[in-house]
Amino acid sequence: MAENALLKFNRPLYWFAVLTALFTFLLLGAGGLVTSHEAGMSVPDWPNSYGYNMFLFPPSKWIGGIFYEHTHRLIASGVGLMTTILAAWLWLKDSRKWMHWVGVAAFLLVVAQGILGGLRVVLIDAQLGIFHAIIGQLFFVLTSAIALFTSRWWLAQEFPRQDRIHRQAAVGLVALRRLALVTMVLIFCQLIIGATMRQQHAGLAIPDFPLAYGKIWPDTSAADVQTYNEHRMNVVAENPITGFQIILQMLHRMAALAICVLTAICAWQAWGRLGKKDALTKLALFWLGLILVQALLGAATIWSNKAADVATAHVLGGAVSLVTGTLWYVIAGRRSATLPEIAPVTAISGVYGGTSAAATNK
Amino acid sequence: MKKFSLILIITALASVLAASAADIIGTITLNGTPPPEVPYTPLMNDSTCGAMYKTAPTTHFYAVGPNHELADVVVSLKDVTGKSTGASQPPVTLDQKGCLYMPQILAIQTGQKIVVKNSDSCIHNVHVVPAVAGNPESNQVQMSGGPDLDYTFSKPEMFMKFKCDVHPWMFAWVSVFDSPYFAISDKEGKFVIKNVPPGKYTVEADHRKLGTSTKDVEVKDSDVTVNFTLDVK
Repeated sequence: MAENALLKFNRPLYWFAVLTALFTFLLLGAGGLVTSHEAGMSVPDWPNSYGYNMFLFPPSKWIGGIFYEHTHRLIASGVGLMTTILAAWLWLKDSRKWMHWVGVAAFLLVVAQGILGGLRVVLIDAQLGIFHAIIGQLFFVLTSAIALFTSRWWLAQEFPRQDRIHRQAAVGLVALRRLALVTMVLIFCQLIIGATMRQQHAGLAIPDFPLAYGKIWPDTSAADVQTYNEHRMNVVAENPITGFQIILQMLHRMAALAICVLTAICAWQAWGRLGKKDALTKLALFWLGLILVQALLGAATIWSNKAADVATAHVLGGAVSLVTGTLWYVIAGRRSATLPEIAPVTAISGVYGGTSAAATNK
Repeated sequence: MKKFSLILIITALASVLAASAADIIGTITLNGTPPPEVPYTPLMNDSTCGAMYKTAPTTHFYAVGPNHELADVVVSLKDVTGKSTGASQPPVTLDQKGCLYMPQILAIQTGQKIVVKNSDSCIHNVHVVPAVAGNPESNQVQMSGGPDLDYTFSKPEMFMKFKCDVHPWMFAWVSVFDSPYFAISDKEGKFVIKNVPPGKYTVEADHRKLGTSTKDVEVKDSDVTVNFTLDVK
C-alpha cells in the first residue's frame, strides 16, 4: 500500500509550512537589504545588539544601517522559531518518516544559518557572508519544498484528471527533467556568483549594460582597471574594483543568457510534450517569465547604479527562480516516477495514471 | 665627569646629524579634468545626519585647487622601513563630525596612536578594514559622547579603510608608514617631508584614485624640491 493512501491532508500544517516559506522569503529580502545598504557590520555584537538583549534593543536606536541589520536579526529569529515548530509538527503529526528528517534538516539548517550569520559579524569575515547568502537560498528551497510535500496535491492518491499525461509525453518528461536539472544547477551557480559579487562590497564592477565599458568584452589590464577606478565616484561601496570582479560580472551576464535560453527550451518542450493546459507547462511558462523579469531586474540593477531596492529585488528574483525550478523538477519527478506501473511501452496512446494503487504502489 | 663628557659628545653628534638632514618639498598638480564630485544623497536621506546640512555635502575624491593643485596626496619615501618613531609621537585624531570622517585622508607611523572621536549626536561604529596581515580588523561601537577609541598598527599599509556601517557613506583612509618620512599634500598641493637624512631615495606620491607616481632624488645638506603631476586618464 502506498504511504500516500494512508495520508490525510493536514490543512493547518500545510498553511503553517506555507507561512514559514513566506517568512523565509521575507527574511531573504531583509538580508538582501542589509547587503544592498552595506549595513552588515552596523551592529558589531551578536547575539546582543549594542549590548542589549536583541529583543529589547530600543527602536529609537535603530538608525541608519542598524535598522536593516537589526530587523534582519529579528525576522531571522521568527523564522527560526517557526522552523522549530514546523520540524516538531512534522515529527509528531506526519506519518512519513522521511518527512520527519526533512523537518530535522530544516531545523538544523536554520540553526546553522543563524550561527553563520552571527559568526560573520563576530569574526568580521566577509567570506562567511557568501556562505550565509547561499545557505539562505537553499533554506528557502527547503521550506518551499516542505510546503509542497504537505500540500493536498502532493498527498492525493491519484492525480487530478488534468494532470494525466500520455505515456509518450511521460517519457519525454524524464528528458525534460534532466534539462530542468541542468537549468537549476546553473541558476544555483548564478546565485553563488551573485552572492560573491555582492560580498565584494565594491559596487558595480561594470557600470553599463548591455555593453561593458562600451565594449562587448571589457579590457581588464591593470592600467584599464586603474582608469575605471579613477572615474568611479561611489558614495558607498567604496572598495576599488579589480579585474577579477569585472570578469565575475561578465560570467554572471553570460550565465544569465544561458539560463534564459534553457528555461525557454524547457517551456517550449513542456508545451510540445505535455500540452499547453498541463500544470507543468504553465509552471514552466511562469518560470520563463520569472527568469525574463529577473534578467530585466539585473539590467535595472546596473542602470540604477545598484539602487538598494532594485538590487534586493534582483536577489529575491533569483531565489524565486531557484525555488520554481526546484518545485518544477520535484513535481515532474512525482509524475514520472509512476511510469513503470502504467501501460506497456507499445501502448503509446494509453493513458498515464490508472488507479492510485497501480500508480504508486511500487 | 665622564658621564657629562659622554652627554656632550652625543648632543654634538645629534646636532651634526640634524644639521645634515634636509627637507624634501614639492607640489602636486593634477593634469586633466577629474569626474565631477557627487553629493552624499544617502546622508541627506538619513533623518539624523541630513538635519545637520542645508544642502548635501559632496565627495572630495579629487581635492583640486583653482590652479590644478591637488590635496590629499600621500607622499613618502619608498622602501624606508624600521625607522619608526611612532611610539613617541603625539596621537593623530580622526573625528566623526556631521556624519563624515574628518579628515578622510591621513597618515601615521607604525606604533603611533590614532584616536577616533565621535563628535556627533548619533551612534557610529568604527570598522577598521586593513588589507595587510598583522594589522587587525576590528569593529567597535562608539556612542554619541562615548569615550575615544585608540588604535595602533604594526605593519605599513597604504590607504587602510576606516568605515562606519551605520552610515555607509562614511570613510577615512589611513596610511601607515614604518618611518617618519611622509607627508600629505595640503590645499595648495604642497608637501614637506622633514629631516630626511642624506642619501638616495625614491619619493612616492599616492592618490587613492589616481594611483602611484615615483621620482628618484638625492638628499645632501640642503632642501630638495620634487614636484609631481598626476594625470586623470
